[in-house]
Amino acid sequence: MTDQPTRRAALECMIWAGSGVLWTVAGGVPRGQLVGSAQAATTGFTFAQISDSHIGFARDPNMDTPGTLKAALELVKAAPVAPVLMLHTGDVSHLTKPAEFDVAEKLISAAGIPTAYVPGEHDVLEDNGKSFIKRFQKGMKQGAPGGAYYSFDQAGIHFVGLNNVIDLKAGGMGALGAAQLAWLEKDLAGLSASTPVVVFAHIPLWVVYPQWGWGTDDGAQALTMLKRFGSVTVLNGHIHQVMQKIEGNVAFHSARSTAFPQPAPGSAASPGPMKVEAAKLRSYLGVASVSHVQGTGPLAIIDTPLGA
Amino acid sequence: MHRRALFGLAAVVLCAPGARAATGEVHIDNFVFTPDSLKVAVGTTIKFINRDDLPHSVVSAVRPPIFKSKTLDTDDSFSVTFDKPGEYAYFCGLHPHMKGVVVVA
Repeated sequence: MTDQPTRRAALECMIWAGSGVLWTVAGGVPRGQLVGSAQAATTGFTFAQISDSHIGFARDPNMDTPGTLKAALELVKAAPVAPVLMLHTGDVSHLTKPAEFDVAEKLISAAGIPTAYVPGEHDVLEDNGKSFIKRFQKGMKQGAPGGAYYSFDQAGIHFVGLNNVIDLKAGGMGALGAAQLAWLEKDLAGLSASTPVVVFAHIPLWVVYPQWGWGTDDGAQALTMLKRFGSVTVLNGHIHQVMQKIEGNVAFHSARSTAFPQPAPGSAASPGPMKVEAAKLRSYLGVASVSHVQGTGPLAIIDTPLGA
Repeated sequence: MHRRALFGLAAVVLCAPGARAATGEVHIDNFVFTPDSLKVAVGTTIKFINRDDLPHSVVSAVRPPIFKSKTLDTDDSFSVTFDKPGEYAYFCGLHPHMKGVVVVA
């Protein structure tokens, strides 16, 4: 599919399927592909994205979130080109409990792939992210003490992990805050415009559906800072479904959850968990939607079921 | 059932002010505080109950917050007693687009 995707097409192509996304960077341009897809990347730097594992959630439609996280990790590991990096875009846990973090940490570290994490709102309950940072962001040079945001460089790519889930304001959506935006501006200042940039944060940085709070109040300010770069990929979670769009040189992608699906915007009374038949849950895991980021061209969204 | 409780509360406020400590309930259903606006008498205790499958919280909208619940998982509740007149706006700390107000007179 090479047509410019419309909002409607994007909505139609949104599929929940809780595995991960593999990203291969060839020629500085990240190319996304759902884990388990028949067409696999064969060259380039590959990294995976997993999201919203919600360890601790045990209700309809998923009584075994550790099991589905494990299944997603097995798919990541089974990719033809093993990813050398994994990004977890938040909601590792359901209620920030140490026991939940324990389970997630053990499962993810057993996959043997270095993983960079950003927090979801479920990971920072009661302690503003203190325990999350200590456990999942150790070794990262924090943009500010306790900030839960940082950057690093790997394979010529500048990765920026942002935090838009702490200190949220009444009536608002996700928020980065002035201090983080100031840090981001400085962080990007020294980079040449040809550096591929991958930004990852939990809540979508673009406004997906404000009625459900699916967006980031000051996300546009961050995106303005990224405009001068030739290749920008913004990876988010939170909405438990694949949604993609492209604006200029910026490709946006939201990942599926490894735990449970959420409804398409406005398609249900609330963004609560979609009740999926137990027998179908795992088969949804294998359902794929594929995105290719081709230079500054449109993002092609391909609806690809992986199996029955 | 729960609405009846609220009507009951209104009756207490209108018919027997000061007779006994009044109570009321706000339910969280489908990411909405219900009712999202509530008028009560001074001294009323409001119990917030989360009926959703996902956790929520109740945080007063002023900074620093006057009241703030811990995270409320399904069927957890949190009570606040409003001792002074005023308008008390609040929101969900996890999903801040969820808002409500308690008007105390």
